[in-house]
Amino acid sequence: MTFEDLLEQQAKEIARQQGLRERIYCCTAAGCVSSGADAIKKAIDEEIKARGVGAEVECCGTGCMGLCSKGPLVRTQSDGTIYAAVTPEDAGALVAGQGANLLADRKLDPQADFFIKQEKIVLANSGTVDPERLSDYIAAGGYQALARAVMELTPQQVIEEVKRSGLRGRGGAGYSTGLKWELVAKQPVDTKYVVCNADEGDPGAFMDRSILEGDPHRVLEGMAIAGYAVGAQQGYIYVRGEYGLAIQRLQAAIKQAERERLLGSRIFEDNFQFRIDLRIGAGAFVCGEETALIASIEGKRGQPRQRPPYPPESGLWGKPTLLNNVETFGNIAPIVAKGGDWFATIGTPTSKGTKVFALAGKIENTGLIEVPMGTSLRTIVFEIGGGIPEGRAFKAAQTGGPSGGCIPPQFLDIPVDYESLHKIGSIMGSGGLIVMDDTSCMVDVARFFMDFCMDESCGKCIPCRAGTVQMHDILQRITKGEANENDVALLEQLAKLLRETSLCGLGQTAPNPVMSTLNYFSGEYEAHIRDHRCPAGHCVLPAAASSNREVQA
Amino acid sequence: MPVVTKPDVPAVKDNRERFLERAMSRHHYSGDALIEVLHTAQELYGFLTPALLKTIARKLRLPPSRVLGVATFYHFFSLEPKGEHSMIVCTGTACYVAGAQGLMRVLEHRCAKAGSTSPDGKMSVQAARCIGSCGLAPAVIYDGKILPRLTPDQLNAELDRIGVK
Ligand SMILES: Cc1cc2nc3c(=O)[nH]c(=O)nc-3n(C[C@H](O)[C@H](O)[C@H](O)COP(=O)(O)O)c2cc1C
Ligand code: FES
Repeated sequence: MTFEDLLEQQAKEIARQQGLRERIYCCTAAGCVSSGADAIKKAIDEEIKARGVGAEVECCGTGCMGLCSKGPLVRTQSDGTIYAAVTPEDAGALVAGQGANLLADRKLDPQADFFIKQEKIVLANSGTVDPERLSDYIAAGGYQALARAVMELTPQQVIEEVKRSGLRGRGGAGYSTGLKWELVAKQPVDTKYVVCNADEGDPGAFMDRSILEGDPHRVLEGMAIAGYAVGAQQGYIYVRGEYGLAIQRLQAAIKQAERERLLGSRIFEDNFQFRIDLRIGAGAFVCGEETALIASIEGKRGQPRQRPPYPPESGLWGKPTLLNNVETFGNIAPIVAKGGDWFATIGTPTSKGTKVFALAGKIENTGLIEVPMGTSLRTIVFEIGGGIPEGRAFKAAQTGGPSGGCIPPQFLDIPVDYESLHKIGSIMGSGGLIVMDDTSCMVDVARFFMDFCMDESCGKCIPCRAGTVQMHDILQRITKGEANENDVALLEQLAKLLRETSLCGLGQTAPNPVMSTLNYFSGEYEAHIRDHRCPAGHCVLPAAASSNREVQA
Repeated sequence: MPVVTKPDVPAVKDNRERFLERAMSRHHYSGDALIEVLHTAQELYGFLTPALLKTIARKLRLPPSRVLGVATFYHFFSLEPKGEHSMIVCTGTACYVAGAQGLMRVLEHRCAKAGSTSPDGKMSVQAARCIGSCGLAPAVIYDGKILPRLTPDQLNAELDRIGVK
């Protein structure tokens, strides 16, 4: 396909869509599917057939529309309304164009904080394009950034653009994406690889999954641009095995793109060639770590190795390898299309652009959101998230998963960016944000994450393998009321040991949830140890010998 | 024990062997493709027997220890037959906050521990770390279908219905 063909296809598809009286979008992402979206889509398709209006009304599936807790969601293109809690019985009203009248009670207010406080770059297409149709993505301007890169820019210019944007990796560590690309581009080797980390192991996070399910071509385009910039001809996407729908959509998207010569050889009639293959994970959290992921693609046990050398120098099969997260790649096409300077106007001085968060836990609006970097936690939890259900009190927000920490109420007004979160003992992480109310016991939360790390430790280095077990053991004793005052000091000692001597990030950051809860909720540790009492009423403790306080169940 | 076809018997010349062979040849019998091949093998046979692992090792020219090492490293691969039904309890953070522990306790009490199958072969219990449906927490995948916002009472009722004692 040439650039002219691409523009022609875009114009044709836009005209076709505008010729329809109505286009009905059913959210067919995982959240809505599990609350019955498939049946709704089927009912609407049947209704269209039964009424013989196939020429004027079209129904398509889309990626996540964001407000998962109100699903299944359906959007009508003519007026842009989103309807919540739709049932198959509503199909008639929607197809007849009577949604505004008959489903008025389930219309979501487009002026609600949930919508207006967000800014969408990565998720711009999620919920508005059919992820199974390449022409939808092309109509939205898709693959024009790749065309611009290949036809107008040199690889070095692409890298400059990415550097100027200030984009930092969205997989957790926040390393400058432009610098990483430059490092790989500089290697004087012919064979290089581009790898997309779609292992999303953080429990309670589903951003990457939603991006892959909702807009797979965006990730492919980002990877192809990266391939051009660093001089690689082969890309791999390492996807979690649990993400069946994402895998299916990616496979379909790769086929479509190859058929249209947007991937493969002679892309945009240039000498640039780039292929993408999938590698399916097999359920190991540590495979999200870059060197473990590389070992896993090579068909080995997913165990990390000592760095340096870092993957940009020696990665997959010993070749220079560029490894980025799904969301990082999702930002690339807009940056190349609109320029790095545009991107750099969004966010804070050190953290540019937006961040996608998966809101979950004790929060009214669970779902997927995207906000400019630097948005306050209060805005995210109380305005966009709608606050805590049942009138309960906010206790903590957990970010960064098992490598992160719990943020107490006194920090609700800090801007959410890499530096600020780090300063208060948490990390940005990949974007899981779990809200806890006063029924959550923070000691047990720490135990929960340590249990996770203990389970997922690959066993290669001793501090992590044995240390997580010891820390978990102590935490468990505290929650059972069997610990003594010395145990906290022991926890702190072990935490220091793990941080300083573990081989990879898993062990190095495993103490973070413990340390942050010890910092901000030390009273709860004391209550468990001294009074055998769980202030949240979560843990079951035997009555203390020295106190006759009532034991809470 | 649940009824499963015995892939150990070399005489079983069914299509599954051909499919597995095709998967290996597609990857040019390369050792790097071990994980893909194990995925295919488990899809075809339900679980990985020692005989199956040995065959794969021989064909991909890998030491059997490496194949066993990989098969036991990843949670996804099962070396034991699965039960008639399966329940995967999400024990990710959102589900934990919403009370997944209570669901796990019910299953451990009535069926089996996470990662194993009840003695009567009726139910396999597994734990998953976030199934990406955090908005529906706590969630359980029951024979491939998501049961959203499940309570212990509902879970008990479902177990009663399918005749778990
Ligand atoms: C234990 C562990 C788990 C990780 N899991 C993930 C993950 O699930 N997804 C991800 O993108 N990065 C994960 N990372 C970070 C990667 O190692 C790597 O830094 C990242 O994918 C680089 O991409 P980025 O520069 O685009 O952020 C993990 C790191 C560690 C130590
Ligand atoms: S934590 Fe259970 S679905 Fe995410």
